[in-house]
Amino acid sequence: MTQPEQHLHDPANVTNPEHASHHIVTPRVYAAVFATLLACTALTVFAADINLGVFNPIIALAIACFKGVIVILFFMHVKYQSRLIKVTVGAGFFMFLVLVTMTLSDYISRAWGLW
Amino acid sequence: MDSAIANPQAEHDTAEHEHVVLPQHRHHFATQEQQREAGSFGMWLFLLTEIMFFGGLFFAYLLYRNWYYDAFVTASNQLSVPLGAANTAILITSGFFMALAVWAAEVRKKALLVVFLIFTIVFGLAFLGIKADEYHEKWEKHHIPGASFDASEFINPAAFGLQEKPLAPDAAQKTQMFFFLYFAMTGMHALHMVIGIGLLFWLLARAQRGDFSAGYVAPIENFGLYWHFVDIVWIFLFPLLYLINRHPLAH
Amino acid sequence: MSAPNPTILNLPDQRTATMPHRNFINAEHGLLSWLLTGDHKRIAILYLISITFFFFIGGAFAGLIRLELLTPQPDLVSSDTYNKLFTMHGIIMVFLFLVPSVPATLGNFFIPMMIGARDLAFPKINLLSWYLYMAAGIMMLTAMAQGGVDTGWTFTTPLSTHYLNTHVITTACAVFIAGFSSIFTGLNFIVTIHRMRCPGMTWFRLPLFVWAHYAASILMVLGTPVLAITLVLVGLERIFGIGVFDPTKGGDPLLFQHLFWFYSHPAVYIMILPGMAVISEVVSTFARKRVFGYTAVAFSSVAIALFGFFVWEHHMFIMGISNYSALIFSLLTMLVAVPSAIKIFNWCFTLQQGSITFETPMLYAFGFMGLFTIGGLTGVFLGSLGMDIQLTETYFIVAHFHFVMVGGMLMAFLSGVHFWWPKMTGRMYPESLSKLAAVVTFIGFILTFMPQFVLGYLGMPRRYHAYPPEFQVLNVLSTAGATILGIGYLLPMLYLAWSLKYGAIAGNNPWQATGLEWQTQSPPLTENFIEIPIMDHEAYDYDWLEHKTADEVTHVG
Repeated sequence: MTQPEQHLHDPANVTNPEHASHHIVTPRVYAAVFATLLACTALTVFAADINLGVFNPIIALAIACFKGVIVILFFMHVKYQSRLIKVTVGAGFFMFLVLVTMTLSDYISRAWGLW
Repeated sequence: MDSAIANPQAEHDTAEHEHVVLPQHRHHFATQEQQREAGSFGMWLFLLTEIMFFGGLFFAYLLYRNWYYDAFVTASNQLSVPLGAANTAILITSGFFMALAVWAAEVRKKALLVVFLIFTIVFGLAFLGIKADEYHEKWEKHHIPGASFDASEFINPAAFGLQEKPLAPDAAQKTQMFFFLYFAMTGMHALHMVIGIGLLFWLLARAQRGDFSAGYVAPIENFGLYWHFVDIVWIFLFPLLYLINRHPLAH
Repeated sequence: MSAPNPTILNLPDQRTATMPHRNFINAEHGLLSWLLTGDHKRIAILYLISITFFFFIGGAFAGLIRLELLTPQPDLVSSDTYNKLFTMHGIIMVFLFLVPSVPATLGNFFIPMMIGARDLAFPKINLLSWYLYMAAGIMMLTAMAQGGVDTGWTFTTPLSTHYLNTHVITTACAVFIAGFSSIFTGLNFIVTIHRMRCPGMTWFRLPLFVWAHYAASILMVLGTPVLAITLVLVGLERIFGIGVFDPTKGGDPLLFQHLFWFYSHPAVYIMILPGMAVISEVVSTFARKRVFGYTAVAFSSVAIALFGFFVWEHHMFIMGISNYSALIFSLLTMLVAVPSAIKIFNWCFTLQQGSITFETPMLYAFGFMGLFTIGGLTGVFLGSLGMDIQLTETYFIVAHFHFVMVGGMLMAFLSGVHFWWPKMTGRMYPESLSKLAAVVTFIGFILTFMPQFVLGYLGMPRRYHAYPPEFQVLNVLSTAGATILGIGYLLPMLYLAWSLKYGAIAGNNPWQATGLEWQTQSPPLTENFIEIPIMDHEAYDYDWLEHKTADEVTHVG
């Protein structure tokens, strides 16, 4: 059952409130991100070989976060997407952080145990 | 109408009226753009569920790494950094080709799309191949958690030619926890990759038929999101599992 | 607005109403047209039938539990069987009834109509959701047939991983699959509500039903996957003995509880928010007044969802968590009660100076408001550490959650089913009989669960099938109430089925409610609207409704 093409008079603009434009990311950008990701991988391996004490895991995670962010922004196009998508991505990571930190609040503050 | 208001309105109207009507347009959506955005948003929500799904495993890792740090260090140094780093580079390359595939679909270049999808698959399979090799090595060394787990290598590393701190027997048993998390996290990741590669073959067949080079790019785009997400999970798994502490004797 | 040709421009009112020739039920024929449908309304009906089926199975287990508890001795069934009874009752009622009840039936049916859309964003995923639910249900029945599971619905480790040889993994798989059914429903709702509202339908013109479902959907999408990974870990622990929850191998059983309750607390809000959604609509319609404090109610739904993620540790106060984190979570638990209370206040103020009538949906809504308030307040008692240590794992907890879930959610579900029954089927249910059923349910409920509060603070533990003889009187009262409650739930089954053939024809809008779904025929067309509506008035605008019917031309030519 086909519907006739609806002329959408939508003064409050609810169907496409952010006019998310359709931006095509070029291979040049992808190549730059790719090179950065490979460089960061090499960096994280070299940093692991240097004894930096407690900073080793911090640096490793920082580099991993940076890599993740550029994959999200560029490979997954989030930089060019609507605010809704950006908030959605943020919400996901926020909830992950809630899971980790609030559960950790129990383990860290135990008077017994292995922490 | 007042000219100051009319022009942007008129531009807006013409932009809105450029309704692309593809054969894949579903009738409950008013415009193709709405359908595409809804699809993309839906895929992101699915990825949120994946973040929370892996999140439970990441927390378990965080907890037990802190509780049994020495055992985790010794066990982690059993993993091969060159293989892990190579796998990371391979997966990133696979992701790069997937991004290029999305671009090829958007600019309607069918041959390039097919080539890039093939490369994505090839590098994905290479990753799984190396993973299988690593798993096999663990099997041979009795490092798979369960009844056949053997921690003797960690009680007396020198006898096996390893430069590690020896662990007391009960601490050595905790290396099983590391290996459990290693297999659970990389195994879950590998499962997602296997599913992804299966979907890639299907997409490749459809791309070859020309389904995605006439303006309808949503499946390629949304699959790309999934594939990049799997890549991001590995980006975190690599340093957490392979690079805990490469200098245990120095501390 | 007058047309040149002789046409009826609006459908007749209820007194002269006829069933519409073409509607979503008779649009296509045959079993496959139902099993392969993309129509959200048909999927809602499929869900309605299946969850009713599982409700009665869960209810049967409840009946057996109450039967055993008539006497202090463990004389009806053995201990293991009793454990299986309360486990299966809990799992079926939570995962196969309460979680999908309102969202998958009324939400699926009415969210697209309320926002002026033709369908949900992803109709095929909607159908997949139902098939996943059925797969989960069949797997659950299989586990039952094989001998059931006796861990308690909470699957607590290390009992579930090390000390039982019942069908934990089958049941865990079933719950895992049911979880994905829930995730896909929530995902569908979020995308639909964000991206498919009709022109003019801004966020603050949405019915509050939609707001509450939006909040519940966020919980479904973000919370359920954590349950999924938890069940995977339980399965791996059982099969391979890896040690993740095993203290002898260095694992922490409390890790299971953290991950389990991280979902299962938001789960209770997943269950109750859609019920609150229904109550907002029903209270407004039968008080003929817009909901008092629309913005507050809308934001409180989202606040419940958000804060609901921060309080899960209150299920673990006696389990060995640190005192400091217990304090923090106790404080947060007090905070999460506030948005729920805001809603109750706002519904009460909606009633004030409203033009109230007492149709069946309104009776259930009144039941909800009273019983949910009692249940919710007892939740606040349980949130305070000192009281919880005394009351946890007793019948006080059992009474608390039955008050909010059965006295609250189930009453809201029945309220919604009765409220929207005319719209879904085109028929009215028999009003006197339904009022009787509502009153019987209310009386049965109070008799069943009020004594359990007393039993709880007197010290009767939960999940025990033998108890000291001094508790028998209260238990007998509770079982008597359960019998009455059972009758109260059976009656709607009978008269709603009866009404399908013999009920009075409903017409578009028998309640004279606002809301886009009431401005179309009953039952609706497959495509919901002949043309997409344009929303030009606020929600719950009874003035608009009055002027709409006053200005409308009924016959031309």
